Amino acid sequence: MNKLSAKTRITLTAPFTVWMAVFVVVPIGLVLFYALTDASGSFTLQNLSSIWAYRKTYVLSLELAFVATVLCLLLAYPLAYSISKMKARRQQTMVLLVMLPMWMNFLIRTYAWMTILEDTGLINTFLKSFLSLFGFQFQGFSMINTNGAIILGMVYNFLPYMILPIYTVLTKIDGSVIEAAKDLGADGFNIFTRVILPQSVPGIISGITMVFVPAVSTFIISKLLGGGMTFLIGDIIENYFLGNTGEVNYNVGAALSLVLMVLILISMGIMNRFDGEKDPKGGAPV
Amino acid sequence: MKKFISVILAAVLLFSVSATAAAASEQVTLNVYNWGEYIDLSVIDRFEEAYPNIKINYTTYDSNESMYSKIVSGAASYDIVIPSDYMISKLIQEDMLSELDFGNIPNYKYIGEAFKNLSYDPDNKYTVPYFWGTVVVIYNSAHIDEEDVKDQSVNLLWNEKYSGKILMFDNPRDAFALALVSLGYSMNSENADEWKEAAELLNKQKPLVQAYVMDAIFDKMESGEAWIAPYYAGDALIIQESNPDIRYYMPKEGTNMFFDSMCVLKTSEHKKEAETFINFMCEPEIAALNAETVGYATPNTEAKKLLDPAITSNEVVYPSDDYLINNTDVFVNLSQETQKIQSDLWTDLKIESSEGEDEGSAVSSITIIAVVVVIAAAAGIIYAAVRKSKRKKAWEQDDSENK
Repeated sequence: MNKLSAKTRITLTAPFTVWMAVFVVVPIGLVLFYALTDASGSFTLQNLSSIWAYRKTYVLSLELAFVATVLCLLLAYPLAYSISKMKARRQQTMVLLVMLPMWMNFLIRTYAWMTILEDTGLINTFLKSFLSLFGFQFQGFSMINTNGAIILGMVYNFLPYMILPIYTVLTKIDGSVIEAAKDLGADGFNIFTRVILPQSVPGIISGITMVFVPAVSTFIISKLLGGGMTFLIGDIIENYFLGNTGEVNYNVGAALSLVLMVLILISMGIMNRFDGEKDPKGGAPV
Repeated sequence: MKKFISVILAAVLLFSVSATAAAASEQVTLNVYNWGEYIDLSVIDRFEEAYPNIKINYTTYDSNESMYSKIVSGAASYDIVIPSDYMISKLIQEDMLSELDFGNIPNYKYIGEAFKNLSYDPDNKYTVPYFWGTVVVIYNSAHIDEEDVKDQSVNLLWNEKYSGKILMFDNPRDAFALALVSLGYSMNSENADEWKEAAELLNKQKPLVQAYVMDAIFDKMESGEAWIAPYYAGDALIIQESNPDIRYYMPKEGTNMFFDSMCVLKTSEHKKEAETFINFMCEPEIAALNAETVGYATPNTEAKKLLDPAITSNEVVYPSDDYLINNTDVFVNLSQETQKIQSDLWTDLKIESSEGEDEGSAVSSITIIAVVVVIAAAAGIIYAAVRKSKRKKAWEQDDSENK
């Protein structure tokens, strides 16, 4: 049962291998090809060196995505933890509620935030009329078209991707391990930091990946909630491929994507290292 | 005699209808690629009713450039596209449009003479105009002082008094055209220095701009979120329907006059059916229906007669010939070099802000600092707790050993 014959193994993995080859390896190969060639198809490093001009945009994109990811983690972990402690039926309802917003279209949800945050939007209109009841003149917060609004959009849209993997990992933790820790005299804090947290690291890592990667490459959130004031790296890539600014250049666009991919890989690498260090020290169930 | 002729005519008509029906009994799907919100959707149903063997697959785009990249990439094959003037001349230059057989488009006769043989298609071989219009300045009269709009200038978009309430085009061609016109240059300028000057003007405008948007202009102007915006004349009318305070004018410095025309792509396999569709769209009744919904000016003279005179007499939708000749310009396809300059300047404008906009970056750095502090605090607490518990354990162990 444990060992499959080589033939079965190949047959079983064939669909996935083909899928990966066609839809992952080939596109990445194309990105590489375009990034390292010029319009006529001959080798050049010009595209990569021209990217230096966009360093500020890279920094800004990484910065916003980083903040959004950390906020997601801070919000998601306590929630996932408390859901995992609920009764089974309750858990189902809660998970359903977490996923509920994802049934609506991503764009519509982001548009909705636009009308919530605007100067004449829901929050400000409410506050203004509420405060004017008491005779206060309230100017309103300016929230829309700032980096803060972009971060909010990212957190709102990607939060479920952080909650779900953490929740899944937390529910899989063997209850007897926690009992054992209690028997050995650990208090609540110690159980959490030395038993639960280390075991949930894989969930945290995949949550971070699933939030950080789309956040760093988003362009629609910055367009709608950021008011198109600042380009994120996703905007610039989009422009080079669609020619929204009047210039279509697959080569520079591909080079930008390549650098972004490398940056993401590096951050993933750092994070996985973190995971590796934690495991042996932490309370691996023995 | 008359009766006899009409019977024969009817018979011929019937025969020809059944003949074409028989000949084309197989289902044909036409892929129509048009601007968003640029048709009365019932028109498609009516077409499919009238020509049961042709099915319309209708999709939309939001800029000429995204339409172009989609058809160039070959990701999808379209039969009919409805791009604007400068994009049409680009498509013609690149040999992507097929010459129309105007025998299949008898309704072309309804198109006004002024809209034939336009600069982007001088011999009128490839295109049938669909709508035309101009770019106007829209403002909210409840918030803008009468004084500031009296001179009907494009410079209202640069008025510091209304900082934070001004919207701007989020596409470089339209945005630069406004800046170039404000400086008194041609919007088709091929002079790099003039483009740089225009870019400076746009940079100067940036701190005053609330947002760079396209279709979001509708929402933001209707709700009063923004007070000033440049946009296409037809849309100004639609915005005014939901907010009666909205006014608009044609800038005295001049403005862009645009045409969107129906073309058939060379790659189309159903050219004849595509021409049938174009012909249907030129049917006066259909064209009037579209014009009513879309709000842009129709080049179809018969359709114009069917429209509400309140619309056709509106100087902003149907400006006088005088204004059109003296104050408007049609976009032509810019040279490769100028397009590159435009692209670079526009990207600079959008990147600069990331450092220029102090408020926004201050907000984000405060959040970052807060987050880092929180993490550091959490890490410190955890570390302290772990050490404490280790020490405690060591104590206990010592204790038990001692015992």
